[in-house]
Amino acid sequence: MPRWLWFPAAIAAAFILVPLAAIVLRVDLAELPELITSPSALEALWLSLRTAAASTLLCILLGVPLSTVLARTSFPGQGLMRSLVLLPLVLPPVVSGLALLYTFGRRGLLGQTLDLFGIQIPFTVVAVVMAQTFVALPFLVISLEGALRTSGTRYEAVAATLGARPTTVFRRVTLPLVGPGLLSGSVLAFARCLGEFGATITFAGNLPGVTSTMPLQVYLLRVDDPDAAVALSLVLVVVAVAVIGFARQGRAL
Amino acid sequence: MTRRTDLSRIRTTAVVAAAAALALSGCAGGDESDKELTVFAAASLTDTFTELAEKFEKDHPGVKVTTSFGGSSDLVAQIEDGAPADVFASADTKNMDKLGKLATDPQDFASNTLEIATPPGNPAKITGFKDLAGPGAKVVVCAVEVPCGNATAQMEQKTGVDIEPVSEEQSVSDVLAKVSSGDADAGLVYVTDVTAAGDTVTGVEFPESDQVVNTYPISTLDGSDDADLAQEFVDLALAEAGRKVLSDAGFGQP
Repeated sequence: MPRWLWFPAAIAAAFILVPLAAIVLRVDLAELPELITSPSALEALWLSLRTAAASTLLCILLGVPLSTVLARTSFPGQGLMRSLVLLPLVLPPVVSGLALLYTFGRRGLLGQTLDLFGIQIPFTVVAVVMAQTFVALPFLVISLEGALRTSGTRYEAVAATLGARPTTVFRRVTLPLVGPGLLSGSVLAFARCLGEFGATITFAGNLPGVTSTMPLQVYLLRVDDPDAAVALSLVLVVVAVAVIGFARQGRAL
Repeated sequence: MTRRTDLSRIRTTAVVAAAAALALSGCAGGDESDKELTVFAAASLTDTFTELAEKFEKDHPGVKVTTSFGGSSDLVAQIEDGAPADVFASADTKNMDKLGKLATDPQDFASNTLEIATPPGNPAKITGFKDLAGPGAKVVVCAVEVPCGNATAQMEQKTGVDIEPVSEEQSVSDVLAKVSSGDADAGLVYVTDVTAAGDTVTGVEFPESDQVVNTYPISTLDGSDDADLAQEFVDLALAEAGRKVLSDAGFGQP
């Protein structure tokens, strides 16, 4: 490795680490316990963890089949399809929120029909979970599809020639083979759900205890009560570090 | 690619980055005969102050007015953190007061009252403030942390009407967006927001609205590069011409 790489590498690392340190330094340690155990903060944290867990589960249930289809089959337009389902990765989250609103909102594409049955999604926890799933699903799909492609189909072919049925092969060979990829994808998705802001506020709104997740709470508090906002930010950073650390322990990332 | 081109490329990048940093920090300067005035104003003043800024530029050739609109509390936080603003117009006195000595001499220049916004045609048949507490109506309001939410809370207190919103939004424009899309049956915003929103919402006035009047103060800011020019902009907002622009948009007298 050329030695000069150290210089930009150090700048890159500092660019990420210094702002994080700035948050930690800004926290009023004496008041920290009080700020992060306030009922509204605990409520928001609990809501965030619950919805992120539900969204991650949905991502797994929907993302595993989708990644398998993308990695193991070929059909006309598959390349385009892959690009399109990864789109939420690069879309501004507010645009994702608007897209969900125009689909499931009261006057949306599907929302109009749902409304006839008395089902209204915006402003509910369901909307929070949908917003998080929408933006996090591509994270799971992209890492799992990559794992599926690199693992190849040799073992699957062998299992099939030994008489295993497709479902057995999928369950006993394919999934264990991509276990680490699935874990890292799930962790990424969970972390993305935890930090979701734009799509949530656009599609689900902000109501304490119902749709007001940690990022929304931080955004609202930041002007009126910066101390509380920075304390909550620290909690989010710590939870994120813990999640990523957990994943690294299992060599998933 | 040879090592030399790598290095020269890095040098170019460094120069560009340094120039960008200078420009961002406002040190890039420019022609000294061109003066710049930066006006921070509450989001509800977007249309009126854009018009005032154009008028000011016309009256002062060579002066460029840059406007930044946002939630008053956001803007206050930015000014406290050293944002280079010359003039600040707040949507309420509470936020202007937060600036303390940073605001030189705040003067009230307009007032605003609340009005109900509904989707076009008012499908949920909201007729008054009390209807907002009714079961079934999906109401969005501003969060109490921002001026319109503070006004909403005062109105609830004065009328004894207890609104149970489906969402507490961060700004008036967020409330309007959820109303105009039809996802909320009603939202509580200012009279001027309903006027500015045009056909996208239908306004419902209610008699209790005059019980909570939001006063808008404007002030030059300490640390302004050109205090005299800043004062001239403040004077414009207070003068007859400024008043006309504001009253046309639905603002009341201070």
